[in-house]
Amino acid sequence: MMRWRFIPLTLLGIALTAGAAGVRSGYEYLLPETRALQDDDFGNPGLAMVDEGRALFQRAGANGKACADCHGTGGERLDVHAIARYPVFDQERKRPITLRERIRLCRSEKQAGPALSYAGRKALALETFVRHLARGQPVAVEIGGPMAAHYEAGRKLFHTRWGQVDIACHQCHDNHAGQHFRGQTLTQGQTNGLPAYRLATGEVAGAHERFRQCMHKLRAEPFAIGSPEFIDLEVYANARGNGLPIETPGVRY
Amino acid sequence: MACALFLLLALASSRFAGADEAGYASWRARGFEIPEPLGGRKGDPARGRAIASDGARGNCLACHRLPLEGLEAQGDLGPPLAGIGARQTVGMLRLHVVDQSRFNPDTVMPGFHRRPERLHRVGKPWRGRPFLTAQQIEDVVAWLATLK
Ligand code: HEC
Ligand code: HEC
Ligand code: HEC
Repeated sequence: MMRWRFIPLTLLGIALTAGAAGVRSGYEYLLPETRALQDDDFGNPGLAMVDEGRALFQRAGANGKACADCHGTGGERLDVHAIARYPVFDQERKRPITLRERIRLCRSEKQAGPALSYAGRKALALETFVRHLARGQPVAVEIGGPMAAHYEAGRKLFHTRWGQVDIACHQCHDNHAGQHFRGQTLTQGQTNGLPAYRLATGEVAGAHERFRQCMHKLRAEPFAIGSPEFIDLEVYANARGNGLPIETPGVRY
Repeated sequence: MACALFLLLALASSRFAGADEAGYASWRARGFEIPEPLGGRKGDPARGRAIASDGARGNCLACHRLPLEGLEAQGDLGPPLAGIGARQTVGMLRLHVVDQSRFNPDTVMPGFHRRPERLHRVGKPWRGRPFLTAQQIEDVVAWLATLK
């Protein structure tokens, strides 16, 4: 009898996993009115962060140069296909570079500072502005070659049980997408809408901020924003959503 | 003074009887049951019901529909718990709550009383403690057993 109990549960697990095999944006799980809010080019509350980023983009750095001087007033000289490929492997630095890190590097190397804190609001605003330029582009993270090890490390983090609650990311976001946790619809935990405006907190959160929020829920000690662990997790999480259109700024709960 | 100390020790040991200071009691499953109450404690169904429907403690309602009036925002990751006491032995109920991964290695249900050293990167306020103490587990199990 015990054995019998075990088998149906396992089968259930498999069925749910298979059901979630298609990659789906968090957008698909939203209520119609929340989708409408995201789609509204005037009403989307995340656009305030895009505007904040645009203003910073046009402001001169320590050497008198603004991002806009090199990349166009509205960023039009940036390649949107390239933006959709982040994180990318940097051959010189021998590590994956996230979009936010790329922006920080431009700030310190092409503008001579002042340095942007990875966890600061300015870096988040600039990232939101730059990623918004690529809205509609399919996410296309390269995971071959030197990225393979980082993708694998991120995959492992996504499958590790964290904290006192002792649950792994994949258990909520792969196995139970579409079901309800505390009355909230679980999604696949995709990153194509990030940075996104959260209705629950009234704040814009990027990938690392979101990872921290989920780890907190698990009563775990989150990794730091910008840490090598979260960068690997971002490599995995973004690549897991390869093909999904960038929605920045998404609107989420 | 010695008397007070003795009293204190006696109090402490009754509070933690059969469990360590963080409320953890080691346990052993036999098949798919834990036949013995954790730390030899006796559960109280009324306390168990409160724990199950409290988001900060059991939080069972986050994933299960509970047969209780007036609860909002219940989840459906797991099956409804109505009637569970009629379908399962107390020993099985105990193992479900203590460590559901014994039934399903890939379960999303937290292990509420797994050995704390086996958890990863627990946040400071919760370090070294199981999610529910031995007493709380017995309370919840006692409540589940009444759901017939
Ligand atoms: C002095 C010119 C200059 C300034 C100022 C500058 N950048 Fe750059 N940026 C570059 C160059 C050149 C590259 C190409 C990569 C390289 O050589 O490091 C680049 C690359 C980038 C990329 C990656 C594009 C890709 O195709 O992968 C982004 C995004 C970016 N910059 C954003 C910014 C932002 C945001 C600022 C302001 C905070 C900024 N840049 C300031 C010159 C500049
Ligand atoms: C207990 C279930 C649970 C676990 C485990 C969990 N999350 Fe989440 N996560 C949520 C909920 C609930 C939300 C908000 C609704 C949604 O998007 O699913 C969310 C949202 C997200 C989002 C935003 C999705 C979007 O569309 O904007 C990301 C990214 C994410 N989680 C990543 C993670 C990562 C990485 C981990 C592991 C460190 C993790 N989650 C663990 C429940 C969980
Ligand atoms: C994060 C979600 C989650 C939480 C929180 C949770 N459970 Fe579960 N529970 C599940 C899932 C999912 C199952 C179905 C079996 C499986 O997938 O492991 C389950 C199965 C069970 C079962 C076995 C049901 C059966 O019919 O065999 C019992 C009993 C149970 N849970 C009790 C509890 C109690 C009591 C609590 C609170 C102390 C609780 N659960 C909290 C997700 C959860």
